[in-house]
Amino acid sequence: MAGAGGGGCLAGGNDFQWCFSQVKGAVDEDVAEADIISAVEFNCSGDLLATGDKGGRVVIFQREQENKGRPHSRGEYNVYSTFQSHEPEFDYLKSLEIEEKINKIRWLPQQNAAHFLLSTNDKTIKLWKISERDRRAEGYNLKDEDGRLRDPFRVTALRVPILKPMDLMVEASPRRIFANAHTYHVNSISVNSDHETYLSADDLRVNLWHLEITDRSFNIVDIKPANMEELTEVITAAEFHPHQCNVFVYSSSKGTIRLCDMRSSALCDRHSKFFEEPEDPSSRSFFSEIISSISDVKFSHSGRYMMTRDYLSVKVWDLNMEGRPVETHQVHEYLRSKLCSLYENDCIFDKFECCWNGSDSAIMTGSYNNFFRMFDRNTRRDVTLEASRENSKPRASLKPRKVCTGGKRKKDEISVDSLDFNKKILHTAWHPTENIVAVAATNNLYIFQDKVN
Amino acid sequence: MFARGLKRKYGDQEEGTESFGTVPSYSLQRQSLLDMSLVKLQLCHMLVEPNLCRSVLIANTVRQIQEEMSRDGMWHGMAPQNAERAPFDRLVSTEILCRTAKGPEGVHSTPELEDGPLQGAASEFPMVSSAQGPRNPQSSLWEMDSPQENKGNFQKSLDQIFETLENKNPSSVEELFSDVDSSYYDLDTVLTGMMSGSKPGLCSGLEGFAAATPSPGTTCKSDLAELDHVVEILVET
Repeated sequence: MAGAGGGGCLAGGNDFQWCFSQVKGAVDEDVAEADIISAVEFNCSGDLLATGDKGGRVVIFQREQENKGRPHSRGEYNVYSTFQSHEPEFDYLKSLEIEEKINKIRWLPQQNAAHFLLSTNDKTIKLWKISERDRRAEGYNLKDEDGRLRDPFRVTALRVPILKPMDLMVEASPRRIFANAHTYHVNSISVNSDHETYLSADDLRVNLWHLEITDRSFNIVDIKPANMEELTEVITAAEFHPHQCNVFVYSSSKGTIRLCDMRSSALCDRHSKFFEEPEDPSSRSFFSEIISSISDVKFSHSGRYMMTRDYLSVKVWDLNMEGRPVETHQVHEYLRSKLCSLYENDCIFDKFECCWNGSDSAIMTGSYNNFFRMFDRNTRRDVTLEASRENSKPRASLKPRKVCTGGKRKKDEISVDSLDFNKKILHTAWHPTENIVAVAATNNLYIFQDKVN
Repeated sequence: MFARGLKRKYGDQEEGTESFGTVPSYSLQRQSLLDMSLVKLQLCHMLVEPNLCRSVLIANTVRQIQEEMSRDGMWHGMAPQNAERAPFDRLVSTEILCRTAKGPEGVHSTPELEDGPLQGAASEFPMVSSAQGPRNPQSSLWEMDSPQENKGNFQKSLDQIFETLENKNPSSVEELFSDVDSSYYDLDTVLTGMMSGSKPGLCSGLEGFAAATPSPGTTCKSDLAELDHVVEILVET
C-alpha cells in the first residue's frame, strides 16, 4: 500500500512505509547491564541476524521461510542459536579486567552448509562456526544406544548404522581464536573480499590476519608515537574495500579518513588518499574536535562511496574526491547548542554507527530518545522514527517524529530538553537486499519492514 | 556557547557576582570547562582501563583551552599602557620569574626597586618583563599567571597521563602525580602566600619563595588532593 497517510514516506522509487515487525528482548524497566546490545549484523543473504551484547553473548536469529499460504506475510526472525562468545578475562600482568562485551560481529560469506562469523571483544577475535545437525546415527555395533561400549565378544552380527532424523540442533563452536595481537581496545574488524584475510583495528594499530592462522598477524598501520606524550589522535574505525582486496580505510578521532593500498608498502603508515573536510571557522568551539571524531566508517556496496558518522552528522564521500564530502546529512543539529551539557554527562563521546541499504540509495543512523534517522540520497528526504514499545502493534506504521528546537511546540513534537539521553540507538543494520532494518535500543532489538509488497 | 569568535572583554574578569539571567563571562565559562575536563581526565585514570579515545579527546580540549588562555595572557601582556609601572606589587611564581620574556637576558629591573631584600631577591629571581602593564593585582595575577602556570603544570600532567595510559597500571594515579609534586608544591606555597595577604607584599611573597624547597618527604598532600587544591585555586574559590 503506497502512500497511505501518516506513514513515514521515504521514497526510493516507491513510497515506503516503515512498519513495526518484531521486538526481541525483555520488557522490564530494569535493564541488566549484560543484556545491553552492543553489535547488530545481518549476514550476506539476510537470512541470519546476529546480535552481541555486553555480557559476551551472541544471539543469532533466522528468518523463517515465507509461508506460501500467506503470501503477504514477511518472514519473521526467530532465535536460531545462542552462545557465549567471550568471557570476562583478567590480565595478570597489568592487573586489569578485560571486558567480555562484544564490540563487533562480522559474517563471512557462506561457502558450505555451515555459517561462520567473527566476533570480537576489546582484545580477542574469535571465528565461530554455526552448523546444523538434524540427523543422528543409530545402530552402532560397538556401543549401545546409551553409548556404553559393548563387549566385543557379545557381538554376533554386524549391521550398518542408519541415519535417523532428529530435532534440529544448532551448534556453535569456536574454530579459531586470534589473541594477543592488540595492546589497545579493538574497535573494528573487517573481512576482506578475498575471503581469506581480515583486518582488526585498535586505537593505535591495524593488523592483518589470515583466517587460517592464529599465531601470527601482520601490523599494517601503526600510529603510536615514539613518545606517548605526543599522542593526539587515535584510530576509531577501519574497513576493507568491498571489491578491491588491497584497499582499506581507517578513520580518526580528528575527523579524517585515510585510504591505504597494501600493495604500496608492507606498513601502510603513509596513506594513498587523505579525506578531510575543511573546518568551518564560524562554528568553531572548544568542542569542534570532539564532535568531528568519526565513530563509524562504511563503504557503499558499490565501493564507490564511503560514509562516515561523527557526532552530529553523517557524511558521504566520493573516493575520488578527498577535499570534502559529496553529501552531509544532519542527524540532530539541535544538539549543537547543548554540547557543553553533553560533554558534562559524557554523551558527546557516544559512538553511533551508520549503514547503507542494499542499493546504496538510502542511509540510516541512530540518535537519542530511541530515535533513528533515515536519509534518502535520491530525493534528499529524511525521516525520524522511534523504536518504542508503544508503536509495537504488528504491522503498525511508524509515525515520523519531530524535535522542536524552540518557540512553540506543536502537538506531537518533542522538545530538545525532554529527550531521554539514556535511550540511545548506537547500532543499526539494514538487510542486504530488502527493506528490513534491525535497530538495537539498549536491551531490545526492533525489526522494522516496509509495507510495500 | 564557547564560540571562539566571541569578543572577549577584559573588564569581565571579575564577574563573581552575576545578576540573575546574565550569562557568565567567557573567561568563567572557559575556566569551568577547563576544570571539568581536568576532573574527567583525573577520573579516567581511576578507571581500571581508561578509554584511550576519550582521554585523548579530553586532553586535546584541555590543550586548546590552555593555548587560548596563554594567548590571552600574552595579549594582555603586550598591552602597551603604562609600561613603566612595576609589576612588583604582584606575586609571581618561580616559573614565570624564570621565564625570559624579552631581550637578551630577559630580565628587567625597574627603577622602582628599593628594598634591599628585593635587590637580593632580584638577582636570584629574574623579574617578569615590565612590558606587562599594571593590573588589578589580584585578578590579573590569576589572569596572566594562571595560563602560564597552567601551561607548565598541565602540560606536564598531560604528558604524565599519556605515559601512564600506556602502562595502564592501577596505581597510575600515584605515578601520574609523583613527579609533579614539587611544582605543585611550589605553586601551592606561592599562592598560599598570595591568598593570605590582602595586598600581596613583596617580601612576604619572596619569603614564600625561600621556603619553597621541594622535598619528597614534606607535608605534601596526597596526589589527588593536590590536584583538587590546584583546581580550587584556579577557580578562585
